[in-house]
Amino acid sequence: MTEPQDPFSFSSYPPIDPINFDLIVIGTALSESVIAAAASAVGKTVLHLDPNSFYGSHFASLSLHDLTSYLTSPHHPPRAASGGDSDYFGVDLVHQHPCSDVEIAFCDDESESFLRENSRKFNIDLGGPRALFSADKAINLLMKSGASQYMEFKGIDESFVYEANEGLANVPDSRGAIFRDKKLSLKEKNQLMRFFKLVLKHLDDTQEEKISEEDLEIPFVSFLEKMKLPPKIKSILLYAIAMVDYDQDNNEVCKDLLKTKDGIDCLAQYSSSVGRFPNAPGALLYPIYGEGELPQAFCRRAAVKGCIYVLRMPVISLLMEKVTGLYKGVRLASGQDLYSNQLILDPSFTVPSLPSLSRRDVLTERLQMLSQRDIKGMVARGICITKSSIKPDVSNCSVVYPPRSLYPEQVTSIKALQIGSNLAVCPAGTFILYFSTLCNDADEGKKLLKAAMNALLTLPVSENSESIPSVQSDSADIKPIVIWNAFYIQKLITSKFEFISSTPTPDGNLNYNDLLDATEKLFGQMYPNEEFFPKATSPEDPKDEDEDEDEDDDGEDSGITLES
Amino acid sequence: MHGRPRKALKPEDEAASSAKAEKLQQHVASSSFNSLFLSLSFSSPSINSNRANPVGCRYSKEALDLSAKLLEINPECYTAWNYRKLAVQHILSNSDSDPQSIFSDELKLVENALRKNFKSYGAWHHRKWVLSKGHSSIDKEMRLLNDFQKEDPRNFHAWNHRRFVAGLMERSEEDELKYTEKVIGANFSNYSAWHNRSVLLSNLLKREAEGYFPKEKVLEEEFQHVHNAIFTDPDDQSGWFYHLWLIDQTVKNEAPLLVSSWPSHGSSITIIGDNGLRGCGLSLLNGTQSDSGTLPIILYFNQAVKGINSSTVAIESELLTKELVWKPLAMNNSSTAQVWVVYLDLGNMELQQSKTYSVEINIGHSSGILSSNGNHYGDPSQISFEVFVQTANTEPTEGQGGKRTTWNDTNFQKIDHFQELDSIFTADQNHHIPKSLDWCTEEIVKEITNFRDLLSEYDCKIGKLTLARLLTALDMLSSQHDGRKSNTEEVLQLYTDLMKLDPTHSLYYKDERSLISLKQITSTRDSLLPYCHYHKDATETFTGHVCLRLQNLSLSRMGSIENLLWVQMLDLSHNELQSIEGLEAMQLLSCLNLSHNKFGSFTALGPLRLLKSLKVLNISYNELGSHSIDTTRYLCSSPVAHTEEFAWDRFETLTGSVNATNFWEAFLLFGSLALTELNISGNAVADENFRSFLVKVLPTLKWLDDEELS
Repeated sequence: MTEPQDPFSFSSYPPIDPINFDLIVIGTALSESVIAAAASAVGKTVLHLDPNSFYGSHFASLSLHDLTSYLTSPHHPPRAASGGDSDYFGVDLVHQHPCSDVEIAFCDDESESFLRENSRKFNIDLGGPRALFSADKAINLLMKSGASQYMEFKGIDESFVYEANEGLANVPDSRGAIFRDKKLSLKEKNQLMRFFKLVLKHLDDTQEEKISEEDLEIPFVSFLEKMKLPPKIKSILLYAIAMVDYDQDNNEVCKDLLKTKDGIDCLAQYSSSVGRFPNAPGALLYPIYGEGELPQAFCRRAAVKGCIYVLRMPVISLLMEKVTGLYKGVRLASGQDLYSNQLILDPSFTVPSLPSLSRRDVLTERLQMLSQRDIKGMVARGICITKSSIKPDVSNCSVVYPPRSLYPEQVTSIKALQIGSNLAVCPAGTFILYFSTLCNDADEGKKLLKAAMNALLTLPVSENSESIPSVQSDSADIKPIVIWNAFYIQKLITSKFEFISSTPTPDGNLNYNDLLDATEKLFGQMYPNEEFFPKATSPEDPKDEDEDEDEDDDGEDSGITLES
Repeated sequence: MHGRPRKALKPEDEAASSAKAEKLQQHVASSSFNSLFLSLSFSSPSINSNRANPVGCRYSKEALDLSAKLLEINPECYTAWNYRKLAVQHILSNSDSDPQSIFSDELKLVENALRKNFKSYGAWHHRKWVLSKGHSSIDKEMRLLNDFQKEDPRNFHAWNHRRFVAGLMERSEEDELKYTEKVIGANFSNYSAWHNRSVLLSNLLKREAEGYFPKEKVLEEEFQHVHNAIFTDPDDQSGWFYHLWLIDQTVKNEAPLLVSSWPSHGSSITIIGDNGLRGCGLSLLNGTQSDSGTLPIILYFNQAVKGINSSTVAIESELLTKELVWKPLAMNNSSTAQVWVVYLDLGNMELQQSKTYSVEINIGHSSGILSSNGNHYGDPSQISFEVFVQTANTEPTEGQGGKRTTWNDTNFQKIDHFQELDSIFTADQNHHIPKSLDWCTEEIVKEITNFRDLLSEYDCKIGKLTLARLLTALDMLSSQHDGRKSNTEEVLQLYTDLMKLDPTHSLYYKDERSLISLKQITSTRDSLLPYCHYHKDATETFTGHVCLRLQNLSLSRMGSIENLLWVQMLDLSHNELQSIEGLEAMQLLSCLNLSHNKFGSFTALGPLRLLKSLKVLNISYNELGSHSIDTTRYLCSSPVAHTEEFAWDRFETLTGSVNATNFWEAFLLFGSLALTELNISGNAVADENFRSFLVKVLPTLKWLDDEELS
């Protein structure tokens, strides 16, 4: 792993050797890192580049200062380097900042100076809120790939659901949680637990009782109604456990109507996550030092397998064969040309769409294809720093605001995550809260997030305060004061497999399942004959390992390090 | 779901430990310390031959080390634990020993053994033994326990030990209660935790600890707590058990109370005498059986009591001639019984014709009546009744023995109006009103509403059972209270449903149903009347007996005896009775029909031995002698148990001729009865041998199996 000493003198950078690779990956976000690790694991030669000075791209965890400058800086235009081979046609890459509509606010001067002094003590996630289910794909992939040895986790203590006029209620997500719950009626407890049992029976291969095929195909919300579950339970199951985004009762706006079978899968994942690891009582885990650890762990995994890493190295153009229009390689900001069979591109890079159809040839057509982006709406994200928890005595917790819980026009659910200092992401006595929601435009998204924040927090008064639907809080307790907050919008771009592949942008989910599914699919398209992290890669070559802990991996679950 | 069974060793573990054990054994064999195994095997005489064996060698350091190794491999070896106890005692007897270090070594060993198998009785016991010696610090115990209980929060060994340690440390019960709350919160299917909660709460309630008074408030909170468990998962039984305990706490009367008596308060007894009421021929009501000339007085309490004597129960009457001795009616010779009887001896008394004698009984006006757990008699009460002596206007009873009692339907006639029943059911039969009855009723009504709700959502066996129990409890409370509509029909239906739903436990439900139907039948005069019949003897003339006919009711168990103390003639034929527990209270009973039931042994008929008036017994068509192994025998006392006075001499004289040493059961039963009629046909046991044995055992017998004995 080598890094240039001076980021601004690309030309003085020693040339990369060799110059031919099986795969060049640009960007170190989670998908790119996973593909780099997976390709390295099957023996491909991989070069992994990132224009940034940090690992993780959209999934990085940054200090407060770095985060602010990342969000506010315009994209750094790479200096066009000349030279190169005339056999190839160079197509300049355009970098689109992945975050738009950025808004940052401080509470007061005092907190501003506090934050400035402690900036380095923060590891703030760019792609938050994000956590892992103890039994989800990410955890399994971490264990399968061996990347888990570079990470440590801690359980999220509590999961809450926000109820209109009621405030936070524990998500009754397990037998014990239903028993302890103080807000459900006895009847509701019985109904909910019976539904869980029905699902478990359905999933248990030794049991005869199954949910019928027809029921599996109908919308989950209809199935829940068929099971005569009251609205409150329905809402908990749909939004707090299955974590669907759109109002399932509103067919006009719902973009992700969940089928029963998928709903059941979500429940299954949730319930197998609860208590999977003895130190984590809930369903969710969070990496110590932030989510940026996750792509980094895969990068380390890739590096162990021979992948070459170069940070702070922008790629300025793609090299295409003039005649066939086929991808050949990339030109770095340092001016060096490197060649590979395949390329994976961070989704924030694109080629300029050609204004005219002046050159109607293969190359143009291909470039046209590349410039077209499949944008599936956007996600609004918000980050708050507070000096007290939204729930006394609870440091780390997740919150879901189901549709219509904040105001009647709220069509999407909002996910939030509070992480405290015991996860080494912020100075002692502070908390970071992440919020996200899907939206159609920036204003709508921000309005939703602000309403969600206002429900639990006291936001700093901003000059351009729009009319935010106020949510009454009947409780007299003082809401934590937000000393810093930020809003930004990210476009949702799906992954794409073409002659140049690109990875998806961070989605609006709390976990990484969809991202990893897309990543695995992409890998399969690129290397149809290769296994995605073959099992045999787990035993290490001790010589490759700089810090071989020499733990004997006998149990499946022993791969995850959990701090209690 | 349930618990964690003691794991069978995995093959590799087994291999490893057997290899270890082998190594150890080789070591033992090769070394000169065979004495270890000599002293370990207590069956060998080495323990007593320690003069031959130098003691120091038997408890040598190496022998101890070996036993420690052995126990670490196999903590189940209780012989080795015992050996260590002896060894420790031996070492301690040396004056220069350091008990603290010795005991801390023992604790370490137990801990290692427990880590190997923490369900080992021997290891836990050893730990308790060591700690009870008082030389070791107990601070570590809680930490260790928390460790073990984290691994398996349901392990009852750990919970037992926890109670022991908590007592030793004088840890507050409040803290321990909080701990159970925590454990239950993590996983409420934990019988041990709920149980510990009930133990702790009992103590706290008893001493009215701060925050645990009044009892009503605490119980209400506990009901709410356990509802969460029951409603969340009705199929998990641990919460239900705790709930049952709570119901019991809610309705139970700690103080002993009188439930009923014979004669009952306000009744008047007519004695039909002849020959100047001298000697035999004394009759009670319209009966004719009692030839002993005695009048029994029966007291029936709500629970077993002791201390019934002439000072705690004062009888005032002209009929009283001498000091009376109250007898407990119990099968086990104990001085505690639910039913007590005394006999007024009228046989040698000059009774004036047409005179009314009054009897007044005062119970509990002086203290001394105690329940088995030490509660004093609750409510001093008084019973007064009258005895009226009438000249006999029926035929003298001579030749009575010649008539055979028959039980055909034609021998019975319905009774339209049975005046005498009036005296049995007097208005103030229950003359006690327990405190806080309103709260109990309210709480039970609340529970009933809750469980009706649950059952409307989810049909579960234990929910139905609980509802049945709650309704029964409510009926019990309100019968003392007001004339609220009884729920008997619903309860009977619930038990009938349960028998179908849960065939495994159908016998239990059947028993419960029997008790409820008997309660229903005996609850009022009107409900009882249809079952009362006049009896006609074989010659079709009315004997004047009133027979209670409870045949063909699928009864599997007797109950509501407290309402039947007056019965002299009882027909329980064609039921499914296997036992007649409680029947001993019916001291007036002279004719009993138990034919066509399911009695499997004479032991099951044991209560009959206390029925001194019993003359006619029909036990035909039962299963006597059909079961080679009688399980009730293990529950009841046997001659070997030395609790019974068994007339071996008489038994040997009687059986000496016939080869029937296995008739001791029958001898025990019939030896103390003076039957005149017995029908035992239709039982596997009733062969010729047995019949001739019976004739010898029962010299009073005139009829055996429909045959008149010459």
